[in-house]
Amino acid sequence: MNLLSTLLRPAALCLLLLAGLAQATPTPNAPAPDFTLRTAEGRNLRLQEQRGQVVMLNFWATWCGPCREEMPQLGKLYERYQGAGFQLLGVNVDEDPAAAAALAQKLGVKFPVLLDSAKQVSKLYELNSMPSTVLIDRDGKVRFLHRGYRAGVEQTYDQQIRTLLKE
Amino acid sequence: MLRRIGAALGSLGAGLAALLGHGAARAVDLPADTAEAMVHIYDGGGVKAVGPALLIRKNIADTVSLSGTYYVDLVSNASIDVVTTASAYHEMRNELSLSLAYATRDSLITLGGSHSQEPDYVANSFSVDVSQEILSGLSTISLGFTRGQDQVGMHDNPSFSDSASHWQYRVGGSLILSPRWVASANLEAIADDGYLGSPYRLARVFGSFIHENNPRTRSSRAVKFRVIGDVGEAGARSAVHAEYRYFWDNWAIRANTLEAGYTRYLGDAFLVDGFGRYNHQTKALFYSDNAPTETTYFSRNRQLGTFNSMSLGAHLSWNAANVPGKYDVKLHGSWEIVRFDYQDFTDIRTGKPYAFTGHVVQLYMTASF
Amino acid sequence: MTNLLRTLPALALLAATLLAGCSTPQPWVQPYERERLADPIMQFSRDSLAEKHRDHVYTVREGGRGATGVQGGGCGCN
Repeated sequence: MNLLSTLLRPAALCLLLLAGLAQATPTPNAPAPDFTLRTAEGRNLRLQEQRGQVVMLNFWATWCGPCREEMPQLGKLYERYQGAGFQLLGVNVDEDPAAAAALAQKLGVKFPVLLDSAKQVSKLYELNSMPSTVLIDRDGKVRFLHRGYRAGVEQTYDQQIRTLLKE
Repeated sequence: MLRRIGAALGSLGAGLAALLGHGAARAVDLPADTAEAMVHIYDGGGVKAVGPALLIRKNIADTVSLSGTYYVDLVSNASIDVVTTASAYHEMRNELSLSLAYATRDSLITLGGSHSQEPDYVANSFSVDVSQEILSGLSTISLGFTRGQDQVGMHDNPSFSDSASHWQYRVGGSLILSPRWVASANLEAIADDGYLGSPYRLARVFGSFIHENNPRTRSSRAVKFRVIGDVGEAGARSAVHAEYRYFWDNWAIRANTLEAGYTRYLGDAFLVDGFGRYNHQTKALFYSDNAPTETTYFSRNRQLGTFNSMSLGAHLSWNAANVPGKYDVKLHGSWEIVRFDYQDFTDIRTGKPYAFTGHVVQLYMTASF
Repeated sequence: MTNLLRTLPALALLAATLLAGCSTPQPWVQPYERERLADPIMQFSRDSLAEKHRDHVYTVREGGRGATGVQGGGCGCN
């Protein structure tokens, strides 16, 4: 009986961890899945080509309120760190790419907007919230993952980009 | 012994917390900041009720939303009851409602109160509603409670004074079925206590008119199922909705109501809806057009009789101004034709079962900012 | 008996984690697939004032009431 109870506690903890993992999305320090998408301008862009730079992937849509709120903040980050080896890619999941391009222009977005209307890349990254922001380091590994948008989280983005740029 | 049970419950609680905490931290959206202004018109069966209505809703600090509604009803009543048993009258009813909504991680708590005043009736109510998102936001469960207290008076009779109390309990849930379909189910139980009739209304017993006598309690249940589906394409979004409600109470009234509608975008700026409603009700136990026997309770209130009501309506909205992220103004017009066909209420002027056609018109503006 | 009670906390934790694995299924609609559902025409309740009025028109003329999604106070509209 005593043996049973001593085994049960760690076993339960292991299961708890596993249950947590069952819901996980790209796990930190795993390589970021590669993809190629067309931009709003028409050219193709591949994630692997960005290696050597710190990449922030922001998954957004025109119908998502918090995504629209986040856009100007991301624009500021892009302007600040673009010259230091930072690349920001906005991956849009609208069914209608024209609407995405129109809204991006209206919000004054300068960073590349990639069109993922087939939602392949979203599935690849196993996203479970909108918007989602993934920070990838110079070696192509996923380092930070942000689900949703809260006012003020751009400070955290700023700190994390700086950390990755210093490496 | 108790300590061990406590420890077991504690770890069960930890397990439950792990369960509810699964998935991303996600915030329930507060309702958007809105302002609405409306002119509402009803004309049917000799009753005309028109008036303005206003609604303002504002978010404060992104966690609390305050809203206020002011509603006025100017009634000219020359309905069949009034015309055959009394004389036409005009009346004004004012209603003010306030509510406060508080959003936490996945739930929304709303507190509300309302005060309705007319010369011979004052109604106050207080409500609490909680709605909670579950299943990663694919489903919402909601619970609600309203407590109402009314003061009943009578125009030319200051000695008449009575009260009515109401309790409403609501439970409901909505579920996203697919990227295009959503369904919901709602159940509401209402209990009333006190003076539940009208001091002016007469009933007919053995051919002569006397004041009605309603039971002083009523207990009712209603269950409603709704479904909405997106049936359009990316260029021309459209949706279809259908709902069914079954109502039953301890006065033996049974009602089946069916509604359906189709909504469609026309270009960038216009939205058009078409909808219909059908309701069939069977009478209350003590209702009679002309009671042949003497019973404790008797009423000739056609609202409690056997009837069909059918309606068809259309609604058009025009997006007058739209600045994404800043404000959006829409103008709306809606017109519904409703027909009531009574099976056991006769028009004593003609001797035939009574029926009438009414019109419900709404002209309003909605703005979100 | 006391041994069983001692293992109860661990058993409860085990049950909770097993249930956690079962009862939070993978969402069948991902957040990025919710585009159509975000459209206002997919709301059950679009314009609250208009719905309040329409609900009022029917509630004062019919015996049936409730479950409409409109939270109402009363009135003496007979």
